Amino acid sequence: MSTDVSAWSQSEDVKMTRKTALSIAATVLVAALALALPRLVTDYVLSAILVPFLALALAAIGQNLVTGYAGQLSVGSAAFMSVGAFAAYDLHLHVPSIPLLVSFAFGGFIAAVTGALFGLPSLRIRGFYLVASTLAAQFFIEWLFTKVGWFSGNSASGVIMAPPLVVAGLDFSSPGGHYWLSLLVVVPLAILGRNLVQGRVGRAWMAVRDMEIAAAIVGVPTRRAKLLAFAIGSFYCGVAGALWAFAYLGTVEPHGFDLDRSFQILFIAILGGLGSVVGPFLGAAFVVLFPIALDNVAGGALGSVVDPGLLENVEKIIFGSLVILFLVKQPAGLARLAAIAWTRLCRVALRE
Amino acid sequence: MHHSRIALLSLASIALLTACRPQNEGTSTDKVSSATVPGSGPAATPKSEGKTQYFPLQSYRVGPYAAGGTGFFGGFIDYMQLVNTRDSGVNGVKLTWSECETEYVVERGVECYERLKGGLDGAPAAAMNPLSVGIAYALIDRATTDKIPLITINHGRTDSTDGRVFPYIFPLVLNPYSEASAIVNYIGQREGGTDHLHGKKIVVLYHGSPYGKETIPIIDLLAKNLGFVATQIEVPHPGSEQQSQWLQIRQIKPDWVILRGWGIMNPVALKSAAKIGFPADHVIGNVWSNSEEDVTPAGAAGTGYVSVTTHPSGRDFDVIKDIEKFVVAPGKGNLQDPKRFGSVYYNLGVVNGILNVEAVRVAQRKYGKRPLTGEEVRWGFEHIDVDDARLKELGALGLMQPIKLSCTDHEGGGAVRFQQWDGKQWKVVSDWVRSDRALLRPIIEESSLKYAKEKGLTPRDCEAEARL
Amino acid sequence: MSFFLEVLIGGLLAGVMYTMVALGFVIIYKASGVFNFAQGAMVLFAALTFVSLVERGLSFPWALAGTLGVMLLLAVAIERVVLRPLVNAPPLALFLATLGLASVLEGLAQSVWGTQVHGLDLYVSDVPLGGLGVQVSRFDLFAAATAGLLVLGLAILFRTTRAGVSLRAVADDPLAAIAVGIDLPRLWTIAWGVAGVVALVAGLLWGARVGVQFSLSLVVLKALPVLIIGGFSSIGGAIAGGLIVGATEKLAEVYVGSYVGGGTESWSPYVLALGFLLVRPAGLFGERIVERV
Repeated sequence: MSTDVSAWSQSEDVKMTRKTALSIAATVLVAALALALPRLVTDYVLSAILVPFLALALAAIGQNLVTGYAGQLSVGSAAFMSVGAFAAYDLHLHVPSIPLLVSFAFGGFIAAVTGALFGLPSLRIRGFYLVASTLAAQFFIEWLFTKVGWFSGNSASGVIMAPPLVVAGLDFSSPGGHYWLSLLVVVPLAILGRNLVQGRVGRAWMAVRDMEIAAAIVGVPTRRAKLLAFAIGSFYCGVAGALWAFAYLGTVEPHGFDLDRSFQILFIAILGGLGSVVGPFLGAAFVVLFPIALDNVAGGALGSVVDPGLLENVEKIIFGSLVILFLVKQPAGLARLAAIAWTRLCRVALRE
Repeated sequence: MHHSRIALLSLASIALLTACRPQNEGTSTDKVSSATVPGSGPAATPKSEGKTQYFPLQSYRVGPYAAGGTGFFGGFIDYMQLVNTRDSGVNGVKLTWSECETEYVVERGVECYERLKGGLDGAPAAAMNPLSVGIAYALIDRATTDKIPLITINHGRTDSTDGRVFPYIFPLVLNPYSEASAIVNYIGQREGGTDHLHGKKIVVLYHGSPYGKETIPIIDLLAKNLGFVATQIEVPHPGSEQQSQWLQIRQIKPDWVILRGWGIMNPVALKSAAKIGFPADHVIGNVWSNSEEDVTPAGAAGTGYVSVTTHPSGRDFDVIKDIEKFVVAPGKGNLQDPKRFGSVYYNLGVVNGILNVEAVRVAQRKYGKRPLTGEEVRWGFEHIDVDDARLKELGALGLMQPIKLSCTDHEGGGAVRFQQWDGKQWKVVSDWVRSDRALLRPIIEESSLKYAKEKGLTPRDCEAEARL
Repeated sequence: MSFFLEVLIGGLLAGVMYTMVALGFVIIYKASGVFNFAQGAMVLFAALTFVSLVERGLSFPWALAGTLGVMLLLAVAIERVVLRPLVNAPPLALFLATLGLASVLEGLAQSVWGTQVHGLDLYVSDVPLGGLGVQVSRFDLFAAATAGLLVLGLAILFRTTRAGVSLRAVADDPLAAIAVGIDLPRLWTIAWGVAGVVALVAGLLWGARVGVQFSLSLVVLKALPVLIIGGFSSIGGAIAGGLIVGATEKLAEVYVGSYVGGGTESWSPYVLALGFLLVRPAGLFGERIVERV
């Protein structure tokens, strides 16, 4: 009898180890791909696809922390991105010798404070009505940066131009450099985020999201958890905003971080799968790549026959329909799809 | 679950396909534009035979500004089509183009720029024409590094007029400061002389965006110099609510209102003016509040409204007539709605086309009758000298003003005319009104040199270059 | 003093316009619990269809009837294609689906009817009405009267017709409504159809006010604070919320805005809404969520 049990547990152990080995192999593969990418793809892909992908994914991680893990509805991510971008720029303007990464961190910090401030109402307001707070943030901050010239260095037009990208003496201003800088910023923060959600803080958040009253009774510090969610989520958005402004566009005006952008980040987080670690990356990939892919495919096939304006509108219809279709088929997002695919893959691989 | 696997696989393959296509050669990934009315046949753009010049078009045909975009790019494309059809290209070099939809969104403009800057089928890119302030700002550094001229006709960053600091940026024909100065001069004219402006009240109603705010300092300066009282009121984007702003205007009781609008802000401004009883002919619109699309939704409230224009609308110009004969009549016109032929935006596109092609022509005189690189076309732009005789040759006499660009002056024009809406069309009601360029130049240089210092750039030595 | 009255009255009338857009949201939310972000796109679609029909030669009543038909068809399509499959989805997914729907409608409107801007003439001249030193916009008064009629019509609908009473039942307790035998999908179609009619009226009035063009769909941003203040599921709330938002927004812009350089209109309604919520977390008229431990 005991021998049977131990035999059973041994084969399970072996299965576990094999699965872990597969996971590690996959992670190594992805990492190797990420490192080799600049040599494999063109400048266009690096500077116009990968960099925005990384920046948006980072912002979506922030959104995910607040809405996916802590369950607090926030539609102001773009405002917090804006705060991060402007704070980083202003620090650099007044203290030119400051290292770039420090100004990024500073941008994130100021965004975190702002986020916590606008997260205070979550202590009193519940459910869908909470959008009022982050919506107020979205519009107020957009107005503030447009109105008060000091934030944009008192330039007449209110557009700020990014400073040169130099970290530790290395110049990051080539397309490859932009990519490396983004990777340098995003990967550690993503890993940090993963550890956060798998640790005590993440558990507190999920308790608040799923059973707030029970959590409060049991002793989970729900108020602190909520504020922390807003603060940390906004930190991520702030750094993403600075990255977006410095490494991608090279300029930023307040209207670049408008409600449409907030919806886009929310979109990415939900489409990717709320409450998942890899979701933001999948969602960002979809949102960045799909319109371009559609443009290329449709344009190549039909561009010579159909009026471009009509084509563009049709693409808009297709994108919207696809979103609806996707939500119908898999409301839990791309992460769930990926998880299912991964499980299948493992099963196939392990059966060999 | 079957569906999810397929979905994931197709997503991945699309991603791979997009990412791995060699974009820099600009081959089959680019959308070849259609110069057709839908359903009437294949594209009329010639495939490259090794002798074509490429114009990437960051157009917008979707979204809130689609009306302006379709008009402008329609005119631009039709003019290029004319050059190909009537003249067999520029000295034998045919023109080709492709469109990339930006929807007037900055990052799409940047993505389109990166996608198209490498050329099309081996034809090199001559210049970029995004027709957007936001996109232009984002491209300033990139265009300068990649050595492709960035054209911002009638708009843009004012200090980019100084070509010594901004070698690749061209705010052709009219920069925002010139526009403001010309409007003030016109108001002075209507008042009987700029000295009569003393003590008058002028309200500037501007769109809450970098474009709208660009002229705040210059208006204040002109107010100080000429003695009028300027109140500058912001209308938050998008501008569909202006009640409070116009109630304030009613309290101020100004003599004139200058409208620096964009999109929906324009018709709403005119309607709101009517609501408070402010006369439409004392509202002077700037160059982005001057099209048929801006006044039509206002209905009767727009009658009498005056606006700036760098070129009249209408079909009574030789080049427009030629387009009608060689492009539109054979069914190759780009406009979906033929009624818009000859409208303000359409004609702006034609003028833009004329200047872009002229730059190529001028550059070919120096570099040879072949497809040129962006750097060579830049030389062409800086040596454009279109006088009345040349305007006659181009068929644009009366449509365009004479323009002379140079290394230090990337604007070239600076004069405007004023037109009035009569309910059905725009009628030109003034002669050319010049801006006060002598006043503006030192301010422009101060700003551009400050930019050069911030960026660590050395301004070009135009005289030394001219000697080369 | 008369200036203050002018601003106040103007604000109240503007608020009525916001209420009209908010009404569409309320109807859909009451019936199906969905926050329909595509309402703005529906307003645009309705206005564009009407104007394009008129420009192609149809008379006012026929164009109106035609647009009505289109909006009803749209309601049926939306219910079958979007709502029914997403019946059990979490509310965030439903909200996102309406975002996708907005994209589809905007693309559809511009593909079918083109990207041109249009004027909409409702034959109400906008010469201001004066009296007691206060100027009031004639058009705004007309709009307010129309809105009043609309609300009256909706009230009658909800109280007397079978469909209306069923809608109220569903809003109150969906499970009980099903138990009693109410056909939920058919009801949703009716609700979206009514919302479509409301969108049509709002589209006509807003289109006449600002012109019919793409930016018309942005009116939805003005409806959000109205809904937050008034509660998502109350028509009375939408009216009260609209008046409050309109008046406060305009007064703030004129009196506070002059100190801070203007532009406060873009955020003051939201800050106001936030303030309201801190005092009454479920809105003025919304259902109070009572939690007892």
